[in-house]
Amino acid sequence: MTTTTQVQTTRVLNRPPRSRWWREVGWRHVVGVVAVIYAVFPLVFAANIALTPDAGISNTADFFTSVGWRNFAYLFTNPSSYFVRWVVNTLAVGGVTAIGTVLMGGAASYAFSRFRFKGRRSTLTSLLVIQMFPQMLSFVAIFLLLTTLGNVFPALGMNSLIALICVYLGGALGVNTFLMYGFFNTVPKEIDEAAKIDGATHAQIFWTIILRLVAPVLAVVGLLSFISSFSEYIIAKLVLTEAPNYTLAVALYSFVADPQNPHWGWFAAGALIAAIPVLVLFLFLQRYIVSGLTSGAVKG
Amino acid sequence: MSAPPTATASRKARRDAVYAPARNWGPGFFVKLIVMALIDAIGVYGIYTAWTVRSMPIVTVMIVLVVVANVVYFSRRMVPAKYILPGMIFLFIFQLYVMVYTAYVAFTNYGQGHMIDRNDAISRMQGNSSRLDADGPTYQLTLLARGDDIYFGVVVDGTAKAGTADVPLTEIAGAKVADGKIASAPDYTVMSSADIIARQSDVTSMRVPVSEEPADGSLGTSNAMSAGVYQPILVYDQATETLTDQETGTVYRDNGRGSFRSDDGAAPPNDIGWRTGVGFSNFAKLFTDASVARPFGSVLLWTVAFAFLSVATTFLLGLFLAVVFNAPRLKGQKLYRVLLILPYAFPGFMSALLWRAMLNTQFGVVNQTLLGGAGIQWLQDPWLAKLSVLFVNLWLGYPYMFLVCTGSLQSIPGDMMESARVDGASPWRQFRSITLPLLFISVAPLLISSFAFNFNNFNLIFMLTGGGPTHGTDPTKPGSTDILISMVYRVAGVDNGNPDYGLATALSIIIFVLVGAIAAWSFRQTRKLEEMA
Repeated sequence: MTTTTQVQTTRVLNRPPRSRWWREVGWRHVVGVVAVIYAVFPLVFAANIALTPDAGISNTADFFTSVGWRNFAYLFTNPSSYFVRWVVNTLAVGGVTAIGTVLMGGAASYAFSRFRFKGRRSTLTSLLVIQMFPQMLSFVAIFLLLTTLGNVFPALGMNSLIALICVYLGGALGVNTFLMYGFFNTVPKEIDEAAKIDGATHAQIFWTIILRLVAPVLAVVGLLSFISSFSEYIIAKLVLTEAPNYTLAVALYSFVADPQNPHWGWFAAGALIAAIPVLVLFLFLQRYIVSGLTSGAVKG
Repeated sequence: MSAPPTATASRKARRDAVYAPARNWGPGFFVKLIVMALIDAIGVYGIYTAWTVRSMPIVTVMIVLVVVANVVYFSRRMVPAKYILPGMIFLFIFQLYVMVYTAYVAFTNYGQGHMIDRNDAISRMQGNSSRLDADGPTYQLTLLARGDDIYFGVVVDGTAKAGTADVPLTEIAGAKVADGKIASAPDYTVMSSADIIARQSDVTSMRVPVSEEPADGSLGTSNAMSAGVYQPILVYDQATETLTDQETGTVYRDNGRGSFRSDDGAAPPNDIGWRTGVGFSNFAKLFTDASVARPFGSVLLWTVAFAFLSVATTFLLGLFLAVVFNAPRLKGQKLYRVLLILPYAFPGFMSALLWRAMLNTQFGVVNQTLLGGAGIQWLQDPWLAKLSVLFVNLWLGYPYMFLVCTGSLQSIPGDMMESARVDGASPWRQFRSITLPLLFISVAPLLISSFAFNFNNFNLIFMLTGGGPTHGTDPTKPGSTDILISMVYRVAGVDNGNPDYGLATALSIIIFVLVGAIAAWSFRQTRKLEEMA
């Protein structure tokens, strides 16, 4: 052992420090720069077409030759663009879905984690199986269900944001309970037992103690749920039939849906505005998300 | 849960312990009371609304839901149910019911030409095929307008009557009759010749039922001046359940697959089918009908290849970058990491669309700027399109693997590497024998769930290539980059107006089964079920 260290030390001392720096660190910077270019280039490209006035089919590759805000102006001023409404719709759908998912998933996880009841194990197993079946596979049946419901309650029918939220909430329990359940189990039971002895009801324990302690996982589940409804296209496209009711995913796609005449400028301008909050949130909560992901959730 | 009552407690005490309302009337109880009152009000309103349109299934479900909610929340027992119920209700209606319904539709012929039920199909076929009854009466016609609807106004036996396509002739009170025709009528305006010419084809194609009874025929006009009685060519016989063509005498029978056919297999005029169960024929079609089975086979292969290669490429690049940046002496590590995960933070569907613009053959930035005007058909050539899909998914997916591998590398204890180094293991040997096995333990479940995710990565395929390039012009035939789920979307015909819901849902079931099998296998691998004990 001593000899090895000695040999290494001598070798280090004999070599010029520059080449050692290259061998151990320098090349990593080369890889890093190449990788960063690969990662960032499409985003620079997006910024470019957003700033290219009237970027359509033929001028997306002109790099910063003419710069202007006309695409952004279109989104906010043209009467056929409901951009502000689309943003509000998306935030409303994503926000309500996220809150609903967190509350319902949290409540269910609390029950699974803290109570022992008949059918607990089988319910958990069924949830595990159900979460493997993506909801969008049954979009035909969702369409038929909403048409039927809409005949009775228009608010739950086609072209309704409430109906869309309900469909998303249907997937809430299956996807997130397991992630939350694991986290709830890490909170020591002694805490709620102590509270129970002090006379707290199960509801008080849930709302005032447990929910506070599992706040990190609630944040992750809320964020993941928000992002997945933000990006969801197929069900939103199916349910929302009129332009003013679109969410951003449906609206932005409609800008470029026609291959003969895509409006890339409008799309990129809208995408940048829409992506910035998600990007900031994501980088901000990065650490939580990674731990959330490693527990089994997948970004949509 | 409340403690089980002791055997010595009286009935009354036991009942109180179980059913009495909360003993402490705190603010929580009133919140619950208000919320439940709201839910009950909405529930009762819902039941009433559903009752008015006689939608019995919805009435039943609503009653069950309201009763269950009240029992669960006002009982002192069933504490777990209080927490599980809200999520379960949504799960049952919008996930489980929908899954069961999907399974049901897979066994029907629901789709183009088979959208309505049997009675509707019969009456629509009869209404669409009719001929003028030469011996029947002729009426002087007045065309009336109310709103956007055109009404036929005629005088039958001295009574002024009006009707439109879905409203049989009914008497109009207060109409003025002159020369055997209606001169004016309250609530209606008599159409001017200019109006009639403008809506000529609407007028001549319109048939107004004479009465509620289809056998009485319907009024039609060819000149907008007089109307004759048209009799249905197809007549339905309740007793034998057959349709008979009055002109040719051909008899059409229910063929058991949602259509009327004659004995030699001919379709009646204006053929319309109805929804009906067809057993396993949709599934059989997927495996035996060459026009469906061959594309299905290649799509299945490509789906598996795509999911596998996506996981492999993203994992390798992510692992490589994680190893490269896992050097404590590297300056700017944090900045590199933030920049490298940007693609992951950018919403996925937007990225896929961006890449579609970048890979455009003629004008895309990849061909134009990076390759100096090369006309490479990134998204039009079948094989290049597959490559492009994988390449774009690499861009989308490597940051995730990078994050996961970085986290896993950092959790490998340093002294383990130290002792390997001391024992004289080369860096490659250290990596292969220590780092990689330890890494795999924590990353393997994620690779499996990533596989399952890519197996159904609809957004990427739909946004980037739309499943194309397609062979030929038939929009229902899958293209070269279609994976199973985008094939379902294509077959379901949401965009191309030729839906085959039965086949599409049968395909969904197959995906259910495949993903379920992958899941079962992965659970056995990761032993996740053990955590539930």
